Parts: sequence; C-alpha cells; structure tokens
Amino acid sequence: MSVKDLLKEHGEPPREVYFDLENSGYVPDEVIEAMLPYFNKIGYGHPSITHKPGWEAFEVVKETKDLVAKTINARGSEEIIITHSGTEANNLAILGYALANRSRKGKILVSAIEHLSVFFPAEKAKDLFGFKVQQIPVDEKGFVDPEIFSTYIDKDVSLISIQMVNHEIGTIQNIKELVRIAKEINPSVVFHTDAADAYGRMRIDVNDLGVDMLTISSHKIHGPRGVGALYVRSGVKIEPILVGQLSSEKYWPGVENVPLIAGFRKAVELAFKDFDKNVEKMRKLRDRLMDGIVNSVPEVLINGPVGDKRVVDNVNVSFLYVEGEAITVEFSLQGIYVSSGSACTSRVLEPSHVLLAIGRKHEEAHGSILFKVCRYHNEEDIDYALENIPVAIKRLRKLSPLTPPHLKGD
Amino acid sequence: MLMVNKMSSRIPLPYSPKVLELFRNPKNLGPMEDATVVSMAGSPACGDVIRLYLKVERKEKEDIIVKATFESYGCASNIASASILTEMITGKSMREAWKISWKDIDEKLGGLPAIKYHCSILAVGALKRAIRDYYKKINEHPDWLPKEMTTEEKQTLEEERMIEHLHKMRAKMVKG
Repeated sequence: MSVKDLLKEHGEPPREVYFDLENSGYVPDEVIEAMLPYFNKIGYGHPSITHKPGWEAFEVVKETKDLVAKTINARGSEEIIITHSGTEANNLAILGYALANRSRKGKILVSAIEHLSVFFPAEKAKDLFGFKVQQIPVDEKGFVDPEIFSTYIDKDVSLISIQMVNHEIGTIQNIKELVRIAKEINPSVVFHTDAADAYGRMRIDVNDLGVDMLTISSHKIHGPRGVGALYVRSGVKIEPILVGQLSSEKYWPGVENVPLIAGFRKAVELAFKDFDKNVEKMRKLRDRLMDGIVNSVPEVLINGPVGDKRVVDNVNVSFLYVEGEAITVEFSLQGIYVSSGSACTSRVLEPSHVLLAIGRKHEEAHGSILFKVCRYHNEEDIDYALENIPVAIKRLRKLSPLTPPHLKGD
Repeated sequence: MLMVNKMSSRIPLPYSPKVLELFRNPKNLGPMEDATVVSMAGSPACGDVIRLYLKVERKEKEDIIVKATFESYGCASNIASASILTEMITGKSMREAWKISWKDIDEKLGGLPAIKYHCSILAVGALKRAIRDYYKKINEHPDWLPKEMTTEEKQTLEEERMIEHLHKMRAKMVKG
C-alpha cells in the first residue's frame, strides 16, 4: 500500500478550495520570491558574524523585528524575539518564564480552550518546577467571564495565558479587560496572550491591551512555516529553553533561518498593506460561507459566537448525525479541504477539548468542521464549496443510522 | 487534563485505495425492511456506530445469510469495514460467517492503519451480535456457537463503555 495509490484513487477534483488554514496553507509567490535570494544570493551568512553576508543576514532579522514591533505598537526590535514557530513562541513564553521564575513558583492560569502549545508547556512547568496550573472555564461561546476570572486571581498567581482569538471557534476574548482585572488585584502578574489567530485579522496594540507577552505565527498569515515571534515587554524576565552556540537572538541558540524570516517579513508587509480591506474581505467571505451552510444544510450547529465577537476568518459548524473524519474525506474528494475536531482526526480518545469546554456533546463535536477563509479566496470559491457541502452531508447522512428519517429522503 | 499521548506522532491516515473506493461507493447500503435480525454496535459518543441488517433463510439445516445491508456513523474506514463485511457474508451460512475475524476484514481492505483496527473489530462485533440475537430469538443454540464472548465482542463492549471510563477518569483528575 502506498500513498501514491491512494492519491490515484482519490483523483483530481474539478476545483480545489483550501480552507484548512488552521493547520497550515498557502504561501503566495511574493513571499516565496522574498525568501529565495537569501539562500544563495545575499545574506546567506550567519547573522552573528562580522562580514558582509553576516550584516546582510542580520539586517533581515533586525528589520523583521522592527516591522513586527511596529504592527503591534511595541517599543522596538528589542521587545521582539523571532522563534521557529508559534508553538515555540508559546513554549518560550510559558516555560521560559517558569524557568526564570522557578524559585518563586506560584500559579499559572490558562483558559480551558487554549492551544495545546500553551496547555502542555504549562503542565511541564508544573511537572518540572512545581508551579500550580489552573484552568479557567469558558461559557458556551468560549468567553472567559470577567467575574469568574477575577475569583481566580490572588497573590499566588504568577503567569496568566489566555489567547486573544480561539484557534478553533474564533472567539475574540476581551483581553484588555482581563488584563485590567488581573493587574488590579495582583500588579505583579505577567500576562501572556497567544495572538496567532488574531494577528492580521484585527488591530493589536500591546500597550492598549496591557499584555506582557504575545505570540505570533508566520504560517497563519501566509508566511512560511517554521517562523514565529514572541513579544516580551521590556523588564519581563524569561530564560532560553534551548541552549547552545549564541546567535543574534539571546533567547535561543543556533543559526537563524534567515530565508524564512525574510518570507515572514514579506507576509507581515502584505497582511498590513491593505489591512482594513483584507479584513473586510475575510468578513464578507466568512459570512457568505457561514450563512450559506446554515441556509442549505438542516440541523447544523454553529460553534462559537456570531457577529463582531467572532474573528473574521473563522467558520466552525457541527453537522449532526455524521462524523467529522468522514466529512473531511468526502469534502476532499470534491476538492474542499477542511479539518475536524472529531476524535478520529485528532488521534486522541476524545474530540476537541475546545468543543467539550463550550459544552458540546461528544457526538456534536465529532461532526464539527473548521473552515478558515482568507484574502486569497474569492466568492466563486465559497460558492463552489456551498454547492458541494449540502450534497456531501446528505450522502453521509444517508449512510448514518443516527439520521432521523425526515433528513434521509431525496 | 487531556487524554493525549504527548509522545505520539500524527500523520495523515494511510488509507488503502480499497477503503477510499468503498467509502465512495459503499455496497449493500441502507436499512432492510424484511430483515430477520438487526444489530447495532458502537456508540455515538465514540463517533463509531454500525447497524447491520441480515436476512436469514434455513436451507437444508443450514441458516444462510441471503442478504446483508448496513448503516454506518463513523469515519471512512468504519464505512468501508461495514461495507466489505456485508459482501463477505452474503450467501454464507451463519456457521461460516461466525468464523470471520477482524483480521479477515483488514486483509480484504488491503490493510487498515493500526489506529483504525477498531473499525473492523466493530464490524465483526456487530455481526457476532446479530448471529447471537438470531439464535436467541428462535431459541436455539447451535453447537458451533461458543458461550464465551470472542475478542471482537469483548472489544466492542469495551469501546462502547470507553466514554464512561473517560468521564470517570476526567472527574478523578479534576478532583486532583
């Protein structure tokens, strides 16, 4: 058995629309062109070394940091750490902070719907350094209730990590309010927010929010995989979690991946070039897709909030009576690429912890499908998906013993 | 907190072309109005349910499965497993059908990914449950039908109870 045979059986769909931007995706030509020279034309040196290729490489790292700093209103490049992924940025924020503050210990608070790259480092901080970890519950739309939140804050709380936008259900958290509450009760609290799903989709101002650390991921803004960034407010103490030969970056060792960083820089430029226009386009496409699904497929649940408190690119729905992995395969045969929060696709025993945390039953979570729209989609892409989705769901419902008779007819 | 093995990797499921083919065009699909026996295995909470319909006729002292159909709630390999099972048992006697193991299904499908073995186990679990129900209904006990549960039956029960276990484990963990 080979994947080649499987692909042959799959065949080429008449059209392809990639909605699985949560898991990675399309890198535009402009970004690729920005990367290529740095492999063999310019800046292919080590950015720590004093010669021309080194200076050229260093210029890319420095300029990227300056640019990122500007987009979130940070003080400057000294507050930005380029990492190898959003996952690494979250690990560095939490474990790097725990490492630097291991003698103080205390509590780490996370919301119940954080990304695993926040959950697992928090657990590690518990196992390795003896921090206490508490999960703050969310309501049925994914919001942390400020009043409930305030009951978790006391003098022992050391670090809080709550994402700006949830990666699965698109909930936009009121981070500014949560930071205000936390710091009012305990001014020494350090607040980290994973903004991987907010960056490029809404304006972020670290000073207005009052956060101390903030995570960004390149591949979530059409940059290359393998680059992320962590904002760390001046004065906040963290330590590197990897050690080795010094680089231009004091928080990790090894050689900077300058070509990818150059690609990330270009992706940031593009995301912010026509920012408002891009956001408006995503919002329109999102609404077209979400409304289209709800109006053409019966018995669908929307996961997460609707309206302004939902991020502009996220559509997450549960198709009742069918299982998510079967849906992803069925959609794939039509060239529509999505992912699911079902247990089957996540390869764990239970479906998505995010969907369970907002009170979805297992069988509702198993039928969940996540779509993300982007500025590279157009209305025809959405309409192609909307033509095929009802047909696909109908076929799978016909197969399912859970489908009530009124949904099985032709 | 989360029931996940942090040491495991994650790759796209290497389905065989046969699984994809049967997922796309399942055989013997849908409920059967004149079924002799209907069985169900799995649970919606696990994301895996197979319902099996058999039409059984007695011919020269043998009970023959003259027709088998299925319905399936689950992933692509669940659907393919149930579909191939109906093909494998049509025309067979109950005695022969009883001998089918999950490995036979796995083989006919060109090899399931290890993580999907439970789909073939569930399909066989549904079949064995149907066979037992049939003989219970007609109040007979053929000598080839063991009183002891087979591996597939045990594992099917285990999967059905798994969610209950998970809930208990979760409650325990929250208590700390």
